[in-house]
Amino acid sequence: MLSYTIRRVGQLIPVLLGMVFIVFMMIRAIPGNPAQLILGQQASKQAIEELTKQLGLTEPWYTQFVEYMKGLFQGDLGMSLKTRNPISDELWPHLAATIELAFVAMIIAVIIGVNAGIISAWLQNSWFDYGVMLIALIGISMPIFWFGLMEQYFVSIQLDLLPTTGREDVRAPIEAITNLYLLDTLIQGNFSQFIEVVKHLILPGIALGTIPMAIIARMTRSSMLEVMKSDYIRTARAKGLKMPLVVYKHSLKNAMIPVVTVIGLQAGLLLGGAILTETIFGWPGIGTYIYDAISSRDYPVIQSGILVIATLFVFINLIVDLLYAAIDPRIKY
Amino acid sequence: MSSPVLNVHRLKTAFATDDGEVTVVNDIDFHVNAGEVLGIVGESGCGKSVTSLSVMGLLPANGKVHGDIVFKGENLARASDQKMRSIRGNEIAMIFQEPMTSLNPVFTIGSQLIEALKIHKKMSKKQAQQLAIAKLKEVGLPRAEELMKDFPHQLSGGMRQRVMIAMAMMCSPQLLIADEPTTALDVTIQAQILELMTKLNSETDTAIMMITHDLGVVAEMCQRVVVMYAGKIVEEADVVSLFKNPKHPYTVGLIRSVPDMRGKKERLYSIPGNVPKPGSIQTGCQFAPRCEHAMERCFQETPELTSLAEAQKVRCWLYVESKGEGAVDRTIS
Repeated sequence: MLSYTIRRVGQLIPVLLGMVFIVFMMIRAIPGNPAQLILGQQASKQAIEELTKQLGLTEPWYTQFVEYMKGLFQGDLGMSLKTRNPISDELWPHLAATIELAFVAMIIAVIIGVNAGIISAWLQNSWFDYGVMLIALIGISMPIFWFGLMEQYFVSIQLDLLPTTGREDVRAPIEAITNLYLLDTLIQGNFSQFIEVVKHLILPGIALGTIPMAIIARMTRSSMLEVMKSDYIRTARAKGLKMPLVVYKHSLKNAMIPVVTVIGLQAGLLLGGAILTETIFGWPGIGTYIYDAISSRDYPVIQSGILVIATLFVFINLIVDLLYAAIDPRIKY
Repeated sequence: MSSPVLNVHRLKTAFATDDGEVTVVNDIDFHVNAGEVLGIVGESGCGKSVTSLSVMGLLPANGKVHGDIVFKGENLARASDQKMRSIRGNEIAMIFQEPMTSLNPVFTIGSQLIEALKIHKKMSKKQAQQLAIAKLKEVGLPRAEELMKDFPHQLSGGMRQRVMIAMAMMCSPQLLIADEPTTALDVTIQAQILELMTKLNSETDTAIMMITHDLGVVAEMCQRVVVMYAGKIVEEADVVSLFKNPKHPYTVGLIRSVPDMRGKKERLYSIPGNVPKPGSIQTGCQFAPRCEHAMERCFQETPELTSLAEAQKVRCWLYVESKGEGAVDRTIS
């Protein structure tokens, strides 16, 4: 297991390098001069040339790449063309907001999805099974923006139970330490603010978690059905084990192997693709941040945003692979 | 003669399918005496495995058992789930055909071995492990201590079947049901496994119900034999009478289709036709369409199981009036 982990982590290095290179080249392949963009339409030719030189854009691409890599190693992602702030300072609060939201959404999706799938498989062709599969089908088919708006209308406006938008109560702003507000409020020991953060997370968390939940429930059900037909489950029953033990111990561990893959993929998607949810719930996440950067052609920000999301995806895949090896002893490379 | 440990009376097992109820095991009677080895023989699809699963109470959800299955005074056909669980793996254990898939791939051999002890004998983990190591040694596995920590995929098929046998013997059951335990193994390993089972049978008081289509296995191990065809018992005899003096044309056919080592290079006999599909039951004797001695009567009336000699019963019209002086060719070629 240890040597597998080391090898698998070692394999990350070329993947990450390749990824940085592709993102770097892609941005440069887009036509248009960044200096022109910064200075605007009215800028003189001389000023543009000067800025181009100042930005290092006259250097050959490999020199630029080396400089860029040097910056990355020092945590320097460059500067935003729009705000003139270092991107690393701007990006983290947005990323933290997205991570927090995706985390809550995945917790909801995994806990409900996996259990619903298990019980559906256990009680195959029962009313519970039909009900869960119908809800899962609706969950997959439902447009997230519509569902988010319905949540806001019924839960926030009609029933006035939870806040509609944002991460915090604007009248009592949270002092950011890590920018993960759940963590920050706990560190500060401010319990009422923690409750406030949880309240803000519930609606967008459910909206974002519904599709993964439905996918996970269906995947778990079909995987469990497959496993429960197998010979070793018959062996377990022949030993006189109780059904809960047969289902939750003997079947689940085997059935989780494909489910873990799906959970990993969904988690990666949530981190990058939560723009709809973020927009509806006024969530200052990374999706909104990149969307704004694209609108204003803020290339360094786009580049950094893509890089960060891609890196997260790679790391989630690493975790999935390590989980595989932890679940399935047959996996040894 | 010792008393029967298992007494099956008028057992009828049917499955509810889309095409209505299909009877797979039809009205069978047999018993297993304490400490003996009973063979149940027949082609694939004749109801042997369903009989064993009926005894274990491990039929799929659409299966239904009628009749009595009396084990030590308890009617298993009407026992509660809880009662069945306390017997399964404890007093009646089972070994399956496929050692490659009958062990759970994600748990260690040790943890799978001690499970039954923990639930049935309420043993501590440590005690159970010691007993498991002793059992592994008993079934002839080397380096038992290390094996406990191994996973099933690290073992060969023969080793896995030995583990399965050790697992079945953990609680010292009174009855061991072996469903084609050697079919999936190669010939040398088959012999070793049979030898092991014979040894366990003689050293403990565990009776074995050996389900097989292999007459070689029967000759090697069993004291009494029940021959099944299309869900019915067609002949029941002690092993010597069965091979020396088979009565039912089906039994004769089975014995004739065993290759003979003593020269005579002729084409190996095979019984013409196939086992009828469960549910396509015709009137009269089920074997009649394939029988070379079939008479008019065989297609119209179903014969009863008739006692011929001591401990030999046959279900065939040939023996009803003439009491054993039938037209069946008794030479075993």
